[in-house]
Amino acid sequence: MKEYVIQCKDLTKRFGDFYAVDHISFDVEKGEIFGFLGANGAGKTTAMRMLCGLSYPTSGEATIAGYNVYTQQEKIKQHIGYMSQKFSLYEDLTVLENIEFYGGVYGLDIKTIKARSNDLLRELGLMPEAKKLVGSLPLGWKQKLAFSVAIFHRPQIVFLDEPTGGVDPITRRQFWDMIYKAAATGITVFVTTHYMDEAEYCHRISVMVDGKVKALDSPATLKADLSAETMEEVFYKLARGAQRSGD
Amino acid sequence: METVVLDHISKTYEKGTVLAVDEVSFSVNKGELFGLIGPDGAGKTSLFRILTTLLSADSGRASVAGFDVVKDYKTIRRIVGYMPGRFSLYQDLTVKENLEFFAALFGTTVEANYSLIKSIYEQIKPFNDRRAGKLSGGMKQKLALCCALIHKPQVLLLDEPTTGVDVVSRREFWDMLKSLKKEGITILVSTPYMDEASLCERIALIQSGKILSVNTPDGIRRAYPVKLYAAKSDNIYQLLMDLRALEWIEHCYASGEYLHFNFVSDEQNLLAGLEEYAVSRGHRHLVVREIIPDIEDCFIRLMNEGKWLSEEQIHAII
Repeated sequence: MKEYVIQCKDLTKRFGDFYAVDHISFDVEKGEIFGFLGANGAGKTTAMRMLCGLSYPTSGEATIAGYNVYTQQEKIKQHIGYMSQKFSLYEDLTVLENIEFYGGVYGLDIKTIKARSNDLLRELGLMPEAKKLVGSLPLGWKQKLAFSVAIFHRPQIVFLDEPTGGVDPITRRQFWDMIYKAAATGITVFVTTHYMDEAEYCHRISVMVDGKVKALDSPATLKADLSAETMEEVFYKLARGAQRSGD
Repeated sequence: METVVLDHISKTYEKGTVLAVDEVSFSVNKGELFGLIGPDGAGKTSLFRILTTLLSADSGRASVAGFDVVKDYKTIRRIVGYMPGRFSLYQDLTVKENLEFFAALFGTTVEANYSLIKSIYEQIKPFNDRRAGKLSGGMKQKLALCCALIHKPQVLLLDEPTTGVDVVSRREFWDMLKSLKKEGITILVSTPYMDEASLCERIALIQSGKILSVNTPDGIRRAYPVKLYAAKSDNIYQLLMDLRALEWIEHCYASGEYLHFNFVSDEQNLLAGLEEYAVSRGHRHLVVREIIPDIEDCFIRLMNEGKWLSEEQIHAII
């Protein structure tokens, strides 16, 4: 029996006459790496906000880590991790302060925070940097730290919103090594990206166009179905007819 | 003829403590479509700001169309078109107002050089009266390009025009650049997307303020010093772990649906041994073949090798 940690059915968000998210349905398994792709303005951000318990759906159903998106938003927030390229760590707090802050926000006790952050810093080789401001770290390290912090409270699901934008190719791959490891330990990874080679690393991907999920399957199946050589070709074929092109 | 010249340019910030650009030299020929390829923090934006005379270098010389970026800064500002990485048009002016404003700044009119922007502008013309701040990402990008072109610049400097833009809009944008090149405009464009390198005539790979290589995309691929192989099996992640465990494999990393790897030596044929090993580790549907490296493979090779995390470090995070 498959264990699903994200289940959504006909999830919809309407602003006036505008269907930002238009009846999307999918399930994501425990430990799955699920790629959430879409054209600019397709509704990805709006959908993710609902899944993270930050915005109420207009209609439809969804449960995240077993919690209802209408009635248990706070529970959802406690059981997920979130990281994006735009917002992750506080640049003007130190490495250690960031870890302690997030640990505290997620309600971990001081003893656990101290023990876990010690292990993390030592093994990452960041001990000498523990008291340095995050703003002074190289981008690659910030990113690894941001991911570590996002899963510091051992969430069931981690949402990654374009986590690798602009980073160098080695750091990008190391980031995916971390994603694979996290998934292997049972954390479900829900990830958006503009790098089509990264879409290949997902177990399954969905492609949103104009508020709807236009395709959802494994990369190999999508390529076969659309007679495409690469995921970029898949994306292009699905999204080129898009009517919307908002941000 | 060299239209853009950078000669040992260096730039530091924070009172000399942060080295952003380290002795960078390269040049862009007249009429060339030249790509500056590198991740965030590589120094791309600093170089653009030096070339547009908005920032002075600590040392070195640079010129655009024969004019020195320090002595002749006023001339340079008239002959370059610049699209900064951050959307820098007036958000509370409409599409039409922005265009007219930039034309007026350069002492020209929208009509005077209409032919140059026609094909791009017509795509956003239906939204003429919409405020720039209310446009979608793709439309903002087109308006910014129109504004950068309105005075018929000799040189177009585009700082990450396709960052954060989806595959469809990215393709459209590169098509626009190709048509502008036909008009004889010299274009220097930066991008963090390595797959866009092949759309340029020549490229410079840049990392941590240093140029790693300057060549045609093909030239860079041909200069790859060792053999590169691609592999996949029914369990790609396990294959990655298994190959990395081998001492005779130098580097192994994911690249799309395949893994890419090198052997520590190309002297002996290690391929047969590898296939045997993979089968013994339980891999099925194994595919292994030699491939031509792409730009990202070359970039990875040229990058500082000490950057790979150890297994223990990765293990610690999870």
